[in-house]
Amino acid sequence: MKKKENILAVRKVTYAVVAAVIALIYFGAAYITEFKMSEGIAAFPGAFLWIAENLMPDEQAISRIPKILSKLLETTLLSVAVTVFAAVCAFLFSLLGTRTTKINPIIGKAVRIVAAFFRNVPDVVWAMLLMFSFGQNILTGFLALFFTTFGLLTRAFIETIDEVSSSCVEALNATGANFIQCVFQGIIPSSLTGIVSWVLYMIETNIRSSTLIGMLTATGIGYLFDMYYKMLQFPSAGLIVLFMVILVIVIEGISNKIRRVIM
Amino acid sequence: MAILKFENVSKVYDNTTKALNDISFSLEEGEFVSIIGPSGAGKSTILRCCNRLIDITEGKIWFDGKDVTAMNKKELRAVRTKTGMIFQHYNLVERLSVMENVLHGKLGQKSTLAGMAGIYSEEEKLEAFNILRGLDLADQTYKRCDELSGGQKQRVGIARAIMQQPKLILCDEPIASLDPKSSKVIMDHLSNINKRDNITCLVNLHQVDVAMKYSKRIIGVTGGRIVFDGPPEKLDIKTVHKIYQSNDSDLITDVKVGA
Repeated sequence: MKKKENILAVRKVTYAVVAAVIALIYFGAAYITEFKMSEGIAAFPGAFLWIAENLMPDEQAISRIPKILSKLLETTLLSVAVTVFAAVCAFLFSLLGTRTTKINPIIGKAVRIVAAFFRNVPDVVWAMLLMFSFGQNILTGFLALFFTTFGLLTRAFIETIDEVSSSCVEALNATGANFIQCVFQGIIPSSLTGIVSWVLYMIETNIRSSTLIGMLTATGIGYLFDMYYKMLQFPSAGLIVLFMVILVIVIEGISNKIRRVIM
Repeated sequence: MAILKFENVSKVYDNTTKALNDISFSLEEGEFVSIIGPSGAGKSTILRCCNRLIDITEGKIWFDGKDVTAMNKKELRAVRTKTGMIFQHYNLVERLSVMENVLHGKLGQKSTLAGMAGIYSEEEKLEAFNILRGLDLADQTYKRCDELSGGQKQRVGIARAIMQQPKLILCDEPIASLDPKSSKVIMDHLSNINKRDNITCLVNLHQVDVAMKYSKRIIGVTGGRIVFDGPPEKLDIKTVHKIYQSNDSDLITDVKVGA
């Protein structure tokens, strides 16, 4: 009984210490970077006022809708294409990395490291690096998105497969099924919903990222936004943002629907 | 002739943990043998060594007169097709239908392509359906496995094993997740298969009373060693305590073992 009370007392002290440390880090960081929360909050009304005054679509912006939509479609299709292609590669690659298939512990470790490398370099950095070799074109954007998506999906697939497929693969192995049969009859049917869910999530993410990458590689909707912005044609740029938001919401709605159907 | 024979088998995990320590026993064709012992004693390891889901460190294992430990992948797969396995957590592909899961029992005997695409002959489908009918699962044939109860799932597991037309069935705690009624159904089916088809059964069990009721021979394992091997009548309370490393009144069991 005495021991239990001690544990509770220790826990209270731990919470207090953790809270104090967090506060200290916040104020320390704010002091060093000269960031003032109050000023940040005070700037909000001004920022919104600026948005309301400058980003409202005008007649010129409206006349550009067909062009904006065609670029938006291009960006969306590119994102879908990249994600699907990366997903296929990531699935094949993740089969080498899962404990479920027991290929080889060293290969498994290598796969995880390669995936971590591709995932942890941000896609914008990939785009900047690749621009040296491929120049400002759609291929650069495609590869930049491909690398991060590939890295992230490999890791996600490895975890999904290990979580949901390991028990049935053990059973299929025990019946004498070979590796390919285990993949097609065990891993794919059991982890398909998880895999599709991840792919849909990556499509959403990539539509957002591709806008940013397009600014660098001068392609797609990102380029259009960048151009209008630099020409100080804020209403047109604002319209693009509006369409982007609508697009992402629509895509989210579609993928939620797909998720519900395949469950 | 012995269908399965362990010769001085040892298994060491990660160079330190000794899971099995000099295990030797053999199973005659048609026997129904239970392995009892506390959690972590090495029961599951013994079972998984039989078809080399786990590789052993020392010793030899013979299946049907052939040395399993020296086999290449292809020979090993041939052994596995003749060895059914039933798991505590059923290990079915939950998102596929009952029928598809039963047909998985035939995968090892198919070409890579046919197995991969899930192409089965009419005879195989009929055989699967007859097995399901024998296990009272005919009505569930086209249901998805995640819609079934635990007892039904385990019967699908049994159907998959029978579909292999095995010589030996390994059961890893087949009733540990089931209620008493489903447990009886499962044990009765196993016993029935053993008698009717003369398939040898090696069953890991937690329930001493169930082991005594169903098997003609019990193997007691503790700390990776065999401490008892004999008929249920010879299993006295002292031996049970030795197996579970317990004292009087430490065990939940209604076994009426000889004093």
